Amino acid sequence: MRSSSTIVAQAGAPRRARTFRQRLFHGDQIAHAVTFIFAASIILITALLFYELYSGAGLTRQKFGWSFLMGRIWDPVALEFGALPFIYGTLVTSAVALIIGVPLGVGAAIFLAELAPIGVSSGLAFIIELLAAVPSVIYGLLAIFTLVPFLRDDVTPVLQSTLGFLPFFQGVSYGVSLLAGGSILAIMILPFIISISREVLLAVPQDQREASLALGATRWETTWNVVVPYAKAGIIGSIFLALARALGETMAVTMVIGNDPKINLSLLGPGYSIAAAIANEFTEATSDMHISALIELGFVLFCITIVVNAVARLLILTTTRRAKA
Amino acid sequence: MKRVLLILTLALLCISCVDSDTSRTNAAAPQAGQVLINGAGATFPTPIYSKWFSEYHRKFSNIQINYQSIGSGGGIRQMIEGTVDFGATDGPMTDEQLQQAKTKILHFPTVLGAVVPAYNIAGVTQDINFTPEALAGIFLGKITKWSDPELKKANPGINLPDQNIVVIHRSDGSGTTYVWVDYLSKVSPEWKSKVGVNTSVNWPVGLGGKGNEGVAGLVKQTPNSIGYVELIYAVQNKMGYGKVRNPVGAMIKADLASVTAAAASMKNMPADFRVSITNAAGKDAYPISSFTWLLIPSKIQDAAKKKALTEFLQWMLTDGQNMVEALSYARLPKEVVAMEQKTIAGIQ
Repeated sequence: MRSSSTIVAQAGAPRRARTFRQRLFHGDQIAHAVTFIFAASIILITALLFYELYSGAGLTRQKFGWSFLMGRIWDPVALEFGALPFIYGTLVTSAVALIIGVPLGVGAAIFLAELAPIGVSSGLAFIIELLAAVPSVIYGLLAIFTLVPFLRDDVTPVLQSTLGFLPFFQGVSYGVSLLAGGSILAIMILPFIISISREVLLAVPQDQREASLALGATRWETTWNVVVPYAKAGIIGSIFLALARALGETMAVTMVIGNDPKINLSLLGPGYSIAAAIANEFTEATSDMHISALIELGFVLFCITIVVNAVARLLILTTTRRAKA
Repeated sequence: MKRVLLILTLALLCISCVDSDTSRTNAAAPQAGQVLINGAGATFPTPIYSKWFSEYHRKFSNIQINYQSIGSGGGIRQMIEGTVDFGATDGPMTDEQLQQAKTKILHFPTVLGAVVPAYNIAGVTQDINFTPEALAGIFLGKITKWSDPELKKANPGINLPDQNIVVIHRSDGSGTTYVWVDYLSKVSPEWKSKVGVNTSVNWPVGLGGKGNEGVAGLVKQTPNSIGYVELIYAVQNKMGYGKVRNPVGAMIKADLASVTAAAASMKNMPADFRVSITNAAGKDAYPISSFTWLLIPSKIQDAAKKKALTEFLQWMLTDGQNMVEALSYARLPKEVVAMEQKTIAGIQ
């Protein structure tokens, strides 16, 4: 008995054994220690990840420095590496995904939370949450067999005849393109935006709606001018969560983006994303420099997601502060 | 309170018992004459390697060979670091890589594979003939239309459309790409200086598909496209593919016999087998063929492992070769088998 209590005592490091033992059997001290270890492990893992990526990319950092970010050539034979086409592809596909996904997602969430009968709303919400659990490779297959031919044969001719004067819709289209990558990402992030935004909208206090209606506002005016602004922070949060997923998505994107590391202004042309490049080339990369370049790509992606999250935090902070003021 | 402590102590006791039990059984395993060999590397020969290793285990139940198909790059890295007993690769190790390794590493060719041009041209069902110049021109982006004179000359009687060629290549690093660009750089000096040879390269033109299935899917879906896939993949999926002109001047369609012929036509095979057999000058040789290799250290400390590995290599070169054609791999020519059998004796 004595030995086992000292073992536990060392783990909890109490000041007085007696009070410690009392507190121990109420669970406070143990719960504190255990949850602290869990919380600390997350910070530890993040730090380790940062360090591993940073040190693993040592070779290319020394050779290319900052020009790694600006280089446009990716040549594993001549060992010349530049990340710009990949950064461009990652940002453009994510932007396309948001442009398509945000109006659809927020609109659907407003309908489900505010306008639809409760039975329809919860039924659809269940199905939407199921969609979030579909593996990305399944979305990739859907994209290859349905989305790409549809974009090539039906959407592209329409886009080119109406918006063809813009540089974003010029050139030959083979179906696989930045637009295809962005579109499949939009479909993949929709469940996140819809289900979180719906929850947030449902959480808006009923008083708010009643007060607005009492002042003579119509149902839509109430929704658009009272409920949505009240839930703004949460909706923005859901969009950034979706963006984080879009930035890191690998499988579905690589199946339809065309995997060509060039900077095409046209959305109809092929591109390449950071995550796709790492997944494609890592297994067969033999030279140290090539591996280092791929790790540095990972580091760049890591930094992009951190910046995106920081921006999201700032946005949410400022909007909530303005809402309170 | 006492009861809680009692339960805790009992639980600790149980854990320690289980712990010591597992460590005892682990320690006992090798004493029973079990030999466990770990290997890792190329994905291309995985089907035949899995077949070989399971057949061999059935024959000699005390020998268990585990193989992880993590890619040639991974196989070479693990071999250099000495974390596996053997490696496997689709492209031979470079001199630089061999120097990095702690022990000398031997290459053993196991089977042969080939890469074929697959295409999708509206209205064309015949096999198209490709000259080396045409293939290099298309993949360099210099030949941009199917009606190019270079293609028309080699294909009299076929109505090639006046349409742009869509080039499709592998996006993932792969041994298939290595063989394909190795061939292109042998037949085209411009390819050699501009692009070069690697498992992934900086492609002058084209779209990338992931894996054989990715390239095949894009070719099937994109009108007027051309890509390259492994012969095995094309055969198993009943895809059409073109003939390629070899250095002797014959138009050869890839099959198991023409691939083996390419290896047999290699004069002066180097003693370490690190050789590319693309563009081989045999009468019946298909020019885009390649060995795939096992990487074996020349010095193996563990006597049991050494015995098992050398015996396996012997078996692979004799009985093992009879199984390869069922899985659409081309078998090694007799001359190469004889040379390898001599090399096995050099493992210490």
